[in-house]
Amino acid sequence: MDWQAFEVSIKLALLTSVSLLPIGLALAYLLANTKFVGREVLEAAITLPLVLPPTVLGYFLLVGLDSNSFFGGMFVSLTGHTLAFSFTGLWFASIIYSLPFAVQPMLRAMETIEPEIREAAWCSGLSKWKTFFKIELPLAWPGIITAMVLSFSHTLGEFGVVLMIGGNIAGETRTLSIAIYDSVLAFESEQAKSMSLILLLIALVSISVVFLFNRSRSRVVRL
Amino acid sequence: MLKVNLQQSSPIPLDVELHCKNGEILALVGPSGAGKSTVLRCIAGLHSAKFGQINCSDQVWFDRDNKKDFTPQQRRIGMVFQNYALFPHLTVYDNIRLALAEQSQSEKKIAQLLEQVHLTGLEQRYPNQLSGGQQQRVAIARALAREPEVLLLDEPFSAVDKVTRRKLYLELNTLRRSLDMPIILVTHDLDEAAMLADSICVIHNGKTLQQGQPDQVLHSPKNVEVARQVDVRNLSIAKLVDVEGSLKLKWHEYLLNVDDVAEFTSGQTVHWIVSPAKILLHQRVRPSRGEHENPVTGVIQEMITLKGITTVLLIIEDTHNEMLQMDVPEHVAMRNKLLIGDSITVSILSDAIHLMQD
Repeated sequence: MDWQAFEVSIKLALLTSVSLLPIGLALAYLLANTKFVGREVLEAAITLPLVLPPTVLGYFLLVGLDSNSFFGGMFVSLTGHTLAFSFTGLWFASIIYSLPFAVQPMLRAMETIEPEIREAAWCSGLSKWKTFFKIELPLAWPGIITAMVLSFSHTLGEFGVVLMIGGNIAGETRTLSIAIYDSVLAFESEQAKSMSLILLLIALVSISVVFLFNRSRSRVVRL
Repeated sequence: MLKVNLQQSSPIPLDVELHCKNGEILALVGPSGAGKSTVLRCIAGLHSAKFGQINCSDQVWFDRDNKKDFTPQQRRIGMVFQNYALFPHLTVYDNIRLALAEQSQSEKKIAQLLEQVHLTGLEQRYPNQLSGGQQQRVAIARALAREPEVLLLDEPFSAVDKVTRRKLYLELNTLRRSLDMPIILVTHDLDEAAMLADSICVIHNGKTLQQGQPDQVLHSPKNVEVARQVDVRNLSIAKLVDVEGSLKLKWHEYLLNVDDVAEFTSGQTVHWIVSPAKILLHQRVRPSRGEHENPVTGVIQEMITLKGITTVLLIIEDTHNEMLQMDVPEHVAMRNKLLIGDSITVSILSDAIHLMQD
């Protein structure tokens, strides 16, 4: 069992899902409440990681994060570190890769809120921020929890993008799924089995938590 | 006093002029899609018209010329939505608490509001645990919690059953006596408007056609357009003629006396209406002197009785099959043994005939 890889995986999944909370909320709010030219293109771009092969996405991210690229170069000049083959680069790539898993549930949850509810809040004197925090956020909460859990589980299990962006640096970019791959290649089947079971268990527990949460909530307040 | 003056050509055409005094209920009536709710949304600040002004008391809420457009939060309005739009994740108590104008002594104020709308004891219920009528009461309490300067009710009775509706009419009627603000009630139900409102404003295709007291609008509409919108049942065309110095209405072969002809001249073609309740049946067994007042004869085509009133549909003789509807108490219809196919004579009361320019 590669506990170092386990630590990297958990850290990456936690950081990614926490980062996706504000990013996902902002994008979901924008898509649910505003009409603008190119809305469909933005939604398609967010959904793209769902359909693109991870290696393709990984390739473009690798090119984009390279120190010769604009973004990668800017990061080097600001921090002195490169993004490619680093934990930070992996974190950034994971945010992009798990974006649809965060935005879609949040967007669906926000779309189910009747526009009159929002307007009733405004007519009750609540500012737009207060309406968001007191009305929209609690109503979209099941979608937000689902988004967080899905992006956590998805990041935990990602392989192709990690391999392309992070490589396989122990303690830095080697995640549990890479470690499983390595173990299989090295015929260490016992280690591969235990690590696979851990990933399976975490995925099962987190998805069950989502279902349990949504069911218990719908019993208290039927939305 | 609320004064509204709005114009726009798109996305929804609007040409609106209405006013409502403090303590008064103004019913905004019109068919679905007439623009009633849009007008209400404009007053609430949820929609901005292209031109116009909205003034409430001494405050200007909206003035396109001076680029003034208050947000709903700045307008101090109380709005009851068609489906109430209660916050589903909050209890009755919290629904009202969120809208309170001042948070100090909130418990006392919420208790007062709940008592006002007869909901004491249901503070901890969630909206989905309430009946339609109770939800409407919470929506009214929430709207009043803001101590609004205008109360806006968007078809508030459409989501409840008929029995509850009648109960809520009475409650609103009682509640309004304690309120001193203009109340705008949007409805497509003319009976509801006539029952609850102090004045009615008829709107069609986004244009306000007439505002006045319910009796005036329903029985003396300004023109044919208003008459059609308020569902006038006896509407026809005739010509005014001079008969020995007095103006009479020549309707096919009949010469009808009309009391109010002040604004009309001989030779003019006019639309005329008469309320079905103002057509009198000549008793067959005991004729009365009233027979001399505009008698017309017709054959009963159809009869229908609802809540003790029998509506008789008559095809009038010598009028190319023009029809008139007459309302008589059910017992009168029975005493006179009215049957479909019978020929009867009726009087059209001269003071009930209302003329409109063509």
